[in-house]
Amino acid sequence: MRPEVALPVLLPLLSGAISLLFWRSRPMQRFTAVAGNIGLLVVSLWLFTSVYQDGYVTIQMGGWEAPYGITLVADMLSAVMIVMTALIGMVIAIYSLASTGPDHEKFGYYPLMHLLLAGVAGAFLTGDIFNLYVWFEVMLVASFALLILGGEKAQMEGAIKYVTLNLLASVIFLTAIGLTYGMVGTLNMADIALRLHEAEHQGMVEVLAVMFMVAFGIKAAAFPLFFWLPASYHTPPVAVSALFAGLLTKVGVYALFRVFTLMFDDTLDYTQDLLIWGAALTMVTGVLGAAAQFEFRRILSFHIVSQIGYMILGLALYTPLAIAGGIFAVMHNIVVKTNLFLISGITRRLQGTYQLKKMGGLYKERPWLAVAFFLSAFSLAGIPPLSGFFAKFVIVRAGIEAEAYVVTGIALAVGLMTLYSMVKIWNEVFWKALPEDNLVPEQETVVGDDGRMVKPSLWLMTLPVGALAALSLLIGVFAEPLMLVMNLIGDQLMHPEGYIHAVMGGGVDVSEALIEAPASEEGTP
Amino acid sequence: MEPVMAIAIGIMYAAAIFLMLRRSIVKLVIGLMLLSNAANMLIFTSAGMTRGAPPLIPEGMLAPEGAVADPLPQAVVLTAIVIAFGVLAFAVVLIRRAYEIVKADDLDKMKDTDT
Repeated sequence: MRPEVALPVLLPLLSGAISLLFWRSRPMQRFTAVAGNIGLLVVSLWLFTSVYQDGYVTIQMGGWEAPYGITLVADMLSAVMIVMTALIGMVIAIYSLASTGPDHEKFGYYPLMHLLLAGVAGAFLTGDIFNLYVWFEVMLVASFALLILGGEKAQMEGAIKYVTLNLLASVIFLTAIGLTYGMVGTLNMADIALRLHEAEHQGMVEVLAVMFMVAFGIKAAAFPLFFWLPASYHTPPVAVSALFAGLLTKVGVYALFRVFTLMFDDTLDYTQDLLIWGAALTMVTGVLGAAAQFEFRRILSFHIVSQIGYMILGLALYTPLAIAGGIFAVMHNIVVKTNLFLISGITRRLQGTYQLKKMGGLYKERPWLAVAFFLSAFSLAGIPPLSGFFAKFVIVRAGIEAEAYVVTGIALAVGLMTLYSMVKIWNEVFWKALPEDNLVPEQETVVGDDGRMVKPSLWLMTLPVGALAALSLLIGVFAEPLMLVMNLIGDQLMHPEGYIHAVMGGGVDVSEALIEAPASEEGTP
Repeated sequence: MEPVMAIAIGIMYAAAIFLMLRRSIVKLVIGLMLLSNAANMLIFTSAGMTRGAPPLIPEGMLAPEGAVADPLPQAVVLTAIVIAFGVLAFAVVLIRRAYEIVKADDLDKMKDTDT
């Protein structure tokens, strides 16, 4: 029995339930949000240490052995993603205390947040493809409700696009699951992986691979399937934006990594080109889209798309180093992107708008906020020694080793373009003087996204921002031990036998060869 | 039986996509409903259809005799129906609220977020 695998799913569900019980009590909901997420963080670290020791940790739900029951399985990738989920959940919970007004809290903001985290954690941990679909839906339903919390016009319009395209992706995903089951007669991912290699119609396997690619491509907001993201992510309350930006698309990326390294590694000679060029175009369109925007959160939304390109490029190059780089990018991006959204919330609180043209002068007014933004933004652009540099460095190095020069060149150029957008925000928000026609509201009338915030307690908002900015710096400074973990992930994903063995062997029987294999040191800077 | 089902499912997918491409948000939601039903039918069919052989194990035995229908896709479809029901209920409420706020049943009028 390894309870730590199931706890990251159960705990948010439990906190969500407790939160629902105290529907009328705002203080209790707020307390549960913070306490629940502290618990989640503790459990996720527990899971991380056991996975770090054992390589794979599995639990067969209800005692039904794989492949008949549902398996929860954590490998290094899952464990890292769970830790990041818990971290972001924690940060958002604290930030929400100050940024989310009573108007939103009254309508189930905290229960939905717990439910969303449960869905995300479930998606990271499940070893069953249909169960993955179910967790995706749990996450989606919670995100739908969070997205329209407040019910403004822009939110409704954004939500229609978000809901439609995400449901379409779900149906494609479900269709692919149905066809996969028709071919191999099993839903356990490890079992599917074994049987797909022996499948008669390899052409059909390729069709399935592309269907999964499209379904997860929509969820991950890859080119040309990203349109729902910039249309909706800037509409909800800012804490919700930040939560979505940090986690939701990454679940799609995780699913891509999982199915393409585990189930469809045979189809790579066909799908690899699709992935590589998809990744390149995702990077370019995202960054170009951002260049045209002058609204804080819309710029950031387009940059999510652009950064997804780097992650998918890591998968597409398909070497252990590239995958390590891709996951490093995921981890770095979760921290940095969430933080940028949180900062946009603070600047909006201070100046009453997200429009860059109307903002200014914050460098003088809030130098520490400027520093936090500087760290995050330049980390996103990949300036050493911040976290983004190492993510980019590893991917670029893997690209050169794989002799994919064109894509690598694109990746570098996109880094420069990212810098352009970030400098634009820096200039407009922090550097230039406040435009005279902007009437900065007095502190008393400053409102959350709801319109009736009484007294803004800014330190609850700046605390998470400072923590995440420091984390981004720390990831950069301590890149080497992290890179060891990432290389371990790369090794595990490139050798799915270990995963299959852990799931099908029924227990924590670790393939020693996999864990002891010397993590390739060449990626460490 | 399977070829007939396959054609019917194909028509359902086509009709659903056609409806989703219309500008009216009501038709969009009807398209979504049809699409999720089509996916359920597809799972049901692609897993193989066995007539008149329920997966029941006779008393005193550990496995059913002969070939029986596969119960798993039916369980999967059942789960998928429930999920689709919940999500689509949300979608219907969403378009109603959107209609009240935007005052148009036309996706072309919903351009606030496209600037």
